[in-house]
Amino acid sequence: MIAWLYGIAFVILAPLLGGLVAGIDRRVTARMQGRVGPPILQSFYDVGKLFEKERAYVRASQNFYILGYLIFIAFSGALFFAGGDLLLVIFALTLSHIFLVIGAYSVTSPYALIGAERELIQLMAVEPMIILVSVGFYLASGSFYVSEIAAYGGPLILLLPGVFIGFFYALTMKLRKSPFDIATCHHAHQEIVKGVTTEFSGSTLGMVEIAHWYEAVLLIGITWLFFAWNPLVAVVAVALVYLAEIFIDNTTARAKWGFALGSIWLVTLVSTVANLAVFYIGGMA
Amino acid sequence: MAYMKRSPWIIHYDGSSCNGCDIEVLACLTPLYDVERFGIINTGNPKHADIFVVTGSVNEQGRQVIRNIYDQMPEPKVVAAFGICACSGGIFRECYNVDGGIDQVIPVDVYIPGCPVRPEQIIDGIVRALGVLEEKLAKMKEDGR
Ligand code: SF4
Repeated sequence: MIAWLYGIAFVILAPLLGGLVAGIDRRVTARMQGRVGPPILQSFYDVGKLFEKERAYVRASQNFYILGYLIFIAFSGALFFAGGDLLLVIFALTLSHIFLVIGAYSVTSPYALIGAERELIQLMAVEPMIILVSVGFYLASGSFYVSEIAAYGGPLILLLPGVFIGFFYALTMKLRKSPFDIATCHHAHQEIVKGVTTEFSGSTLGMVEIAHWYEAVLLIGITWLFFAWNPLVAVVAVALVYLAEIFIDNTTARAKWGFALGSIWLVTLVSTVANLAVFYIGGMA
Repeated sequence: MAYMKRSPWIIHYDGSSCNGCDIEVLACLTPLYDVERFGIINTGNPKHADIFVVTGSVNEQGRQVIRNIYDQMPEPKVVAAFGICACSGGIFRECYNVDGGIDQVIPVDVYIPGCPVRPEQIIDGIVRALGVLEEKLAKMKEDGR
């Protein structure tokens, strides 16, 4: 019962937290570039405005797909914060992105097509890593359930340093930050990487934004699990990880998709699999 | 609500400007003027934009493009003509291929002259455009759209 309350709390509070994080992100980014930057609440203003705009669309079905994207991303986050099965969370998250991809394909615009393809590449690159994260949590804590992983009691980060490095590397892509912001990005408004949202406007675009907020909070949650044994350490660690991602975003140029895919797979393979192998062998001994 | 005022996204189109005004528009994004602090974003996509910023005059080949961009923007939308060329044709007015200002093709809400238009004027122009944008939004709501 309590678990589901957490899930519902996520659905309601995550957009608030996610929007705030997005606002802080933009502000910190601006400061790193020597600018003043927008107000902290800017993301809320943006989405509020998008919902005030006229409902214009190419095909009515695109709104449905984006609604699916939003609902499934909220669902996967709710499942995570309700302490559910991490594997199910990951599958729901993947499904939500598939909705985004179908939505982009459905409008048959050349920009959206390229955007959809790049979104698929992003999924391909990141998915193995995310699944291995859950495998790592399972090997370390003996459960796929978020509630049990969180209650493990020991510093999972010390057991899974390699997995964390891989996750951190892939997180750059998941948070849509340079150099791996190949699918979409929060800055490059004139570039092809904005392709996936080209044909979405008004409230539909607003829903994509809100989905990004949900996703950011979910990813913060997964990062949190590595440090869950001590909430204070976890808060500091999550803040540092996010700050590092913003820093990387501002100091690197976008990589080509081939490099992004290859390097993420390589890091996944080397760091994560090595970590898991050591763990497995150590566990048997 | 006042969201519209706080998040004006613009799309910039270069009619047949000499590039002087374009450089000034881009200068607004630099740390010195940093228009993002007002929530202004330079989108490259008419479907995401609220304010259509045009620099340079209209020529024969540009007519359709300007019309097309304008039609793709969702309501409420505002057109701002930046630079004397966009307002009236400026020094290119007499050219055989130039039709005059942007208002020859689409309705213009804000005229900001200058050759080139200064970043301060651009920011001022956008603030004026915001007033029009609010009015249009209010009208849209009245009409029940
Ligand atoms: S107004 Fe002046 S600077 Fe601007 S496009 Fe025309 S000639 Fe160039």
